Amino acid sequence: MDGMDDIVREFIVESYENLDQLDQDLVALEDQPGSRELLGSVFRTIHTIKGTSGFLAFGKLESLTHGGENLLAELRDGKRPMTQRTTDVLLKMVDAVRDVLATIEATGLEGDSDMSAVVADIQFVLDDPEGGPSEQAAVAHEPAAPKAVAHEPTAPKTAAPKITAQNHDEPIDEETPMEPRESEEALVKEPSTTPARKQRVAAVRNPRTRAAKPKASAPTTTRARKVIAAEPMPSATLSAPVDDSYFDEFDGDGDGDIDADSFEPKTAVEAAVETAVETAVEPEVITPTVQTPAVQTRAVQTHAVHTPTAPAIAEPREKTAKEREDGPARSASEQSIRVDVDVLDALMRHVGELVLARNAMTRLAGDLGDASLVRASQRLSLIATELQQGVMKTRMQPIEHVWSKVPRMVRDISAALGRQVRIEMIGQDTELDRGLLEAIKDPLTHLIRNAIDHGIETPAVRQAVGKPVQGVLTLRAFHQGGQVVVEISDDGKGVDPLIIGAKAIERGLRTHGQVADMSTQDLLQLLFLPGFSTAETVTNVSGRGVGMDVVRTKVESIGGVVDVQSTLGLGTTWRLRIPLTLAIMPALTVECSGETYAIPQISLLELLAIDEKQTGVEYVGDAPVFRLRGTLLPLVDLRDVLARPERQSLIGAVVVVLQSDGGPFGLVVDSVLNTEEIVAKPIAAAVKSIGLYAGATLLGDGAVALILDVAAVARRALDVDLQEAMKKVSSDAVGASKTEPMLIVSVGEGRQVAMPLGAVARLERLNASVIEQVAGSAVMQYRGRITPVADLAHILGDGGTSRDEFAVVVCTRGDHTVALVANEVVDIVDCATSDFSEVSGYGLLGSIVIKDRVTEVLDLHSAVESADPSFYEAEDAELVGAGSEF
Amino acid sequence: MKHQLATFKLDNRLYGVDVSRVQEALRLHTRTAVPHAPRTVAGLVNLRGQVVLMVDLRARLGREPYGPDDEPMMVVVKVDGEPVSLLVDQVGDVLELDSEQFGPPPPTLEPALRDLVTGVYSLDDGLLLSLDVDLAARV
Repeated sequence: MDGMDDIVREFIVESYENLDQLDQDLVALEDQPGSRELLGSVFRTIHTIKGTSGFLAFGKLESLTHGGENLLAELRDGKRPMTQRTTDVLLKMVDAVRDVLATIEATGLEGDSDMSAVVADIQFVLDDPEGGPSEQAAVAHEPAAPKAVAHEPTAPKTAAPKITAQNHDEPIDEETPMEPRESEEALVKEPSTTPARKQRVAAVRNPRTRAAKPKASAPTTTRARKVIAAEPMPSATLSAPVDDSYFDEFDGDGDGDIDADSFEPKTAVEAAVETAVETAVEPEVITPTVQTPAVQTRAVQTHAVHTPTAPAIAEPREKTAKEREDGPARSASEQSIRVDVDVLDALMRHVGELVLARNAMTRLAGDLGDASLVRASQRLSLIATELQQGVMKTRMQPIEHVWSKVPRMVRDISAALGRQVRIEMIGQDTELDRGLLEAIKDPLTHLIRNAIDHGIETPAVRQAVGKPVQGVLTLRAFHQGGQVVVEISDDGKGVDPLIIGAKAIERGLRTHGQVADMSTQDLLQLLFLPGFSTAETVTNVSGRGVGMDVVRTKVESIGGVVDVQSTLGLGTTWRLRIPLTLAIMPALTVECSGETYAIPQISLLELLAIDEKQTGVEYVGDAPVFRLRGTLLPLVDLRDVLARPERQSLIGAVVVVLQSDGGPFGLVVDSVLNTEEIVAKPIAAAVKSIGLYAGATLLGDGAVALILDVAAVARRALDVDLQEAMKKVSSDAVGASKTEPMLIVSVGEGRQVAMPLGAVARLERLNASVIEQVAGSAVMQYRGRITPVADLAHILGDGGTSRDEFAVVVCTRGDHTVALVANEVVDIVDCATSDFSEVSGYGLLGSIVIKDRVTEVLDLHSAVESADPSFYEAEDAELVGAGSEF
Repeated sequence: MKHQLATFKLDNRLYGVDVSRVQEALRLHTRTAVPHAPRTVAGLVNLRGQVVLMVDLRARLGREPYGPDDEPMMVVVKVDGEPVSLLVDQVGDVLELDSEQFGPPPPTLEPALRDLVTGVYSLDDGLLLSLDVDLAARV
């Protein structure tokens, strides 16, 4: 069981369900032999099982179902009428399939039970063009074994509806024995018109009968199953008691016909039962397994004896049953249940409420400071978290559920468009909330269509540019930082930013001037504007201009983000970042003018405090910007956005750096209060329509807090024109001064040397003893690797560093690491690189005055190369910047 | 025919709404302001775990909205199955009124009221303006 493949387990669960359906359908089919719908359904079910078992290399199952499928195909095509005999043999096949499934479930293998008899039965029916009941009855009296098979199932089947008709006012203990009696009677009398009519009566009630069947078997599953195993007519045995009670309430008026039937043949019944028991040659095969209703056992025995195949089926089943009792392992069908989605939704809502109550509790406990209350609330918190995770898990589905339809779709689309596309999927088992899964279905479909239509070129074009004729569409899903990332990449022609710009101008979405100032990434963002489509010809697949903005709207509506990256000629990647769940999300609570607002953490990049010394805030025109690691971050004051009293001073405020479509921006708030798990509550349309709020939530103190819609805030505050104007100004500003953070170290006797901080991976302070000489070069062991060392003092012609302890500047590029030795780290300062004075000496770029001291600017390139000549040859690597590490 | 109206006072005028539409009458809860909302929206309130819209009925009836120092009361009515909290000066009794007391709104009524007032009940000590709940709660 443990070793069993998930796919096999799934197959078993699915097949059990299918078989249950099959039982119902086959039975219903008998009542409406002509129903093509039912036949189609049965055929499909068998076909599915056959196909899957073939795929999973269960040859026995395959051969079993293959025969059934042939039979059903003939039935479906109207080549043969549906007779009871056919139904019987089909049901027998269903039982045999169940049997094999049980063996697979228990052992992982098909087992060695002999199914040839069942296969032969099916073949026998297949070979026999006719199958009328009268013929069967005639056949039944012949002694030949194969014909006994044909005869045996017929009898109880005829009996089944009759029993239901007759039982209705007989004592319960007598009802089951009637079965064999009825069989006999049916054989002797041949079906008359009366039972036929009752059969119809029973047919009308069939749904109910079938619905009740599982109920009847539920308390004693194993036993009931064994009955089915030995009994080729499960519906007859199991439905009998149910039908009885049913008729009691249904036929209260006492139909004369039925009454007459039920009283007449009593003696015949007893006789028949006796014969049945006497003829039970091997009752021990079944007896130990079927325990309670003795009468039923007897009934089963008669069948078992009549049917040559029955013991064969019963034996392995008994074996597996015993195994099941011995082993604690649950069966596949017991391991998973189907739950109504509404139930899960309700559960999730309640858990959301619980989380809010938990938040309130935590806050109260914290305020009161009572130790035992705090402990209790911590425990509550823990349990709530676990419960929340558990419930979330129940709603999780692998993305495969959506992706499974992709190959077919890709096949159709690429055929329609004359493309050759191979599809690759990575991370199919990445799970996300089913609601979200549903929500990204359309955007995904659109992006995939788009990738094939606009991305991947026609085979001829691909060949011309030297690409493989077959394009590759890659779907990749993975978890990252509490979010699910879904990427759709193609290796097609990529998006030409210039064409995008031209289109934007053509459609009047942007002006020439605007486009000229936009970066490639900004131009690509234009794809998401409403009314934008780059397809030169509108195809029926995509290119109607309703594309990407709809994708973005949809993704944003579930709190997600979509962006695009493209390299001309190499391909395009669309990336969706989606929260794990909709219902409960981590959020930052901030204060603005005495009010509390929640900001979903999905768009949060970082937090910056503005203190008195902070010189980061500058003004470009009237617009404040924050100089963050060399780039200018537009600032938006939440007070302005919300029309609150103007902020007197930025000092003491906090900048919340958020990601928006137009890039990062800083939202200035009074203070950051907390991070909290919040539950988004629906808000009135009047509030929603303001367009600034994604919803509302309840805080720990019971107050309502509005959840800011970050994308909307950015859009409102950073009016596109303003934003772009600012970008232009800011890039000018950056261009003019070109400042760069520089690391300043002291070298040799009182020299100061500066180098770009961005090129530095780490700073260390090490003992001189770490340096060793290997083959004439200085090296040291650094992080488990031998690293070449260059002494800056030596490079700059100042002898060498001779100290016990010194500073080491580590530069890394790909696999290569170089250590530069200096005396001390002095400072890190922003300085304008354009201010370099000409010249100097070997190993220097120039000199610069920093804080009243002349500082030499190191030619880092040559310094590094002096230690490791191959450093800059490292492929595809970039100098690992250290900006954020200091 | 008898009608039951839940009454409340606003600027010393008596108003009434169909009592079957009223969920409860409460003292003012802490309200959360909604920047940029229409002036008839007084904010949001936590009503037993549900976020409920507060409508400033004074503003809705064309008067000055409640200030931060006012202590109005909340009449929670059901609109499309969802609760909406109406802010009023003071909650009054539930009155049983006869159709005979009912008349059309007087033509002298201010325009802001005319749309919301379905009619007027004449009482012994004055008039009661009957409000259309759905319109009153719409902002």
